[in-house]
Amino acid sequence: MSASKPSKKKREAGPRPKAPVYVNGSLAGFYPDGAALATHLREKRRMNELGYEMNVYYNEKTNEVFINTDAGRVRKPYVVVENGKSRLTPEMLTKIKAGVLSWEHLVKMGVIEYLDAEEEENSYVALSEEEIIPAHTHFEILPSTIFGVTSSVLPYPEHNSAPRITMACSMAKQSLGLYAVNFSQRFDTRAYVMYYPQEPLVSTDFYKALRLKKKAAGQNFIVAITTYKGYNMGDGTVVNKSAIDRGLGRAAMFKTYETEERLYPGGQKDKIEIPSPEVVGYRGEEAYKHLDDDGIILPESKVVSKDVMVGKTSPPRFLEEISVFGVVEEKKRESSLSVKAGEVGAIDSVMVTEAPSGNRLVKIRMRSSKIPEVGDKFASRHGQKGVVGIVLPQEDLPFTKDGIVPDLILNPHAIPSRMTAGHLLETLGGKASAISGELMDGTAFSGNTEEDYQKILKENGFDEHGEEWLYDGISGKKMKVKLFIGPIYYQRLHHLVSNKMHVRSRGPVQLLTLQPTEGRAREGGLRFGEMERDCLIGYGSSMVVRERLLEESDKTTQLVCNKCGMFAYHDYIKNKDLCPLCESEEVSPIEISYAFKLLLGEIRSMFIFPRILLKEKA
Amino acid sequence: MHEKKTEKKPSSQVSPYSAVGIVAAQSLGEPGTQMTMRTFHYAGVAEHVPTGLPRLIELVDSKKEPKKSVVEVYLKKSLASKESEAQDVAFDMESVLLSEVALVQEDLAGKKIVITLKEGEAKLLGVKMDMVKEAVKKTVGAHKVEARGNRMHVTLGVGIAPKAKTKKQKEKEAAEGPAAPTPLKELRKLTMKVGKSLVKGVAGIKRSVVLKGDGEYFIRASGFNIKDIVKIEKVDGSRIYTNSVIEIEKTFGIEAARNALIREISSVMELQNLNVDKRHIMLLADAMTADGKVKSIGRHGLSGEKAGVMGRAAFEETIKHLVNAAITAEDDNLVGVTENIIVGQTIPIGTGRIKLGMKVRK
Repeated sequence: MSASKPSKKKREAGPRPKAPVYVNGSLAGFYPDGAALATHLREKRRMNELGYEMNVYYNEKTNEVFINTDAGRVRKPYVVVENGKSRLTPEMLTKIKAGVLSWEHLVKMGVIEYLDAEEEENSYVALSEEEIIPAHTHFEILPSTIFGVTSSVLPYPEHNSAPRITMACSMAKQSLGLYAVNFSQRFDTRAYVMYYPQEPLVSTDFYKALRLKKKAAGQNFIVAITTYKGYNMGDGTVVNKSAIDRGLGRAAMFKTYETEERLYPGGQKDKIEIPSPEVVGYRGEEAYKHLDDDGIILPESKVVSKDVMVGKTSPPRFLEEISVFGVVEEKKRESSLSVKAGEVGAIDSVMVTEAPSGNRLVKIRMRSSKIPEVGDKFASRHGQKGVVGIVLPQEDLPFTKDGIVPDLILNPHAIPSRMTAGHLLETLGGKASAISGELMDGTAFSGNTEEDYQKILKENGFDEHGEEWLYDGISGKKMKVKLFIGPIYYQRLHHLVSNKMHVRSRGPVQLLTLQPTEGRAREGGLRFGEMERDCLIGYGSSMVVRERLLEESDKTTQLVCNKCGMFAYHDYIKNKDLCPLCESEEVSPIEISYAFKLLLGEIRSMFIFPRILLKEKA
Repeated sequence: MHEKKTEKKPSSQVSPYSAVGIVAAQSLGEPGTQMTMRTFHYAGVAEHVPTGLPRLIELVDSKKEPKKSVVEVYLKKSLASKESEAQDVAFDMESVLLSEVALVQEDLAGKKIVITLKEGEAKLLGVKMDMVKEAVKKTVGAHKVEARGNRMHVTLGVGIAPKAKTKKQKEKEAAEGPAAPTPLKELRKLTMKVGKSLVKGVAGIKRSVVLKGDGEYFIRASGFNIKDIVKIEKVDGSRIYTNSVIEIEKTFGIEAARNALIREISSVMELQNLNVDKRHIMLLADAMTADGKVKSIGRHGLSGEKAGVMGRAAFEETIKHLVNAAITAEDDNLVGVTENIIVGQTIPIGTGRIKLGMKVRK
């Protein structure tokens, strides 16, 4: 900027300063006319004299030219438009159909070009060829390409609210299906495979292009939208028991357990075998009943929790374990691999191989069938997720005059506030598809329309809005209003109650603090935290506080010296209580939390002597 | 009527050994989590006064001075309805420093300070030459002051005795011979002091605005200085208010500070549309003011003064408390809730406190 501000007139009249040109972000030089340079470079690119990976952007406001050729730019292909005319001519289209022209040809011919985020700023893209006006520079090959891989598989996203699409995308990733065709050869730590996956009745072009029907992850459910005695309140759903018995939503869970014959310093080694009764920690004959002679379980054995799958013995933890007779005795430890608590299933496959360390490694894949039950999660492809609230036999569910019984009953309150019109449209499409026997297209912006479906439904004598008279399964009476019912693609998500359910009344405690363990895997308790404690104090229920924090946690009885306040002990040889400090025999038992005992011990380790001074409780 | 009242009274009372403190803390804390970071905007001086969570934290921490202090001044009832009177008071209150109305220059050669009145500004702020003269004389003390028209000269060192030398200076002098006097340094010091001298208004009061509320005019000004504002004749000293709790405590005492705390906290909660029972806030204010001075909640105040060692150690600075307790051989008589939870006893609150008694007939 010059010191004196030039007047507006002067600025217009004066020659435009030379435009700085940046190549991959660094200044390369100056050019008198930036816009002309950009146009020129684009022409060269379209003539295939410059690489098609180059993008130019001219910023009119700052009069700068940016040329980018580096990696990492997201680019999207468009058809080039010149003077209001598409470069893609009908002749070319016939050639493409004949297989003479390929995509690469079109790119080299400058018919199709890739734009990056910056060059897009210099372009004016028409949504279709018909809409082209002279100002346009490109037109969209397909409007639905604005979606990414996951969202382009969802039907009718243009009818849903954006947050629901996001949710639908993330839930599609959690769906059970056929995740890999070679699943029976794989040893994934955890995998689910659906028994009878189906191709959706309403899919998209991209679904077909990705050939997802070969790896389907869901089933077409007959869904009725109505309430059902409060069992589908707040995103709950009612599911048909008879449908489940026919295989609806049924899946298998595969879980791989592994164990290794490890080497220990000193040349000792684990051994996979059926442990002999002398082994420390022997679990009894019953526990090893499934094992073959080599100590490894046989495939297709039915196992329940805590059954041993691989019998293994390890060398003792401490070498100097000397028996009473003074002879070093080789007492082995039991370290078998067993099924985790709460799990049941069958052994699917056994693999014996070698670990990277060179040790013998055994991998065992357990299979358990997961039948839908109360608490399992289901979702449509519109961000409409729900949990099974009740499973009811077919007889108790409503039916249509044709005898159609819903597989799932969705609560109507799930629809209006979430604005997932796509869900309803898919149901309508599913119905039309089932009636006509043709698969429907739900691709964004170009799929089958509501009118298409209404026409099919009307022609076949159905209500064009997808509503039908339902009859109450219990009383057999016709319901007062018509209900919306039809097939829609539902996914079973991998949040299964059977893998999450957890209760505890008694159980293991931590070694150091004697407090209950934490977490489902360790059969732990639920933390009664500070804020929960505050609530009980606020309510004034002191006894409950004491019960939670002491009686049901780490209560111990300790002896305390009446004289000096030090912890005392019971001497079993002399059979009397003793204080280690003043050797007094006047000690009293007190009930304290073990954590407090530890605290005092820790304070003592800092050379501070805390005394417990006792007095008779009034 | 009277009977009904006595019937009602026990049920409206808190039952004995209730954990009122915890309930108050929860009742204030839970809405606190909902407090929005959005601050409401006002025109005028109060614009940047913090509200919401920052203000609540400020109050509870009992900071020496709020981020932006505001004082509300009401006029005597007879004058309150006149806007012009309020404008006058507001004008009189606003403090004017010498440097705002005059050019303060130092004449290094003459060892003088030359003060030139800026007529325009002075007129605008209602400052006259004799006011300036008085202010300068007050700050300068014994230095010679001459006034001529718009100009004043302060000559250094005339008619002033040299300061008594400190012991250190004397020692230094003995070692190095008498130090050369540094009148220039003194001149600079004095210049700064003169520039900051109060010409007009109340010290500490900056911008002020006249507002109308409840059919009368009142003044809202930034800063606080109740003692001097009360001296203004037209001001109703009984209705003056400031958001500085500490200032209220200093001028009106601890009871007033308690009321101010209650009022300030309530206003913060009200502004956010949060409903908290006044009694919870009153309890908080009581706890903060119970021992005659305003205490903060937290390590340096209320929680730091808990009776039991273990109670304090459980809150913050565990090791410090344990070590100090060891040094002074402190006892913990297990009077608090935390202490009893730590050792695993029934806490002395609610059902843990009541005892059964029996009269034994002799």
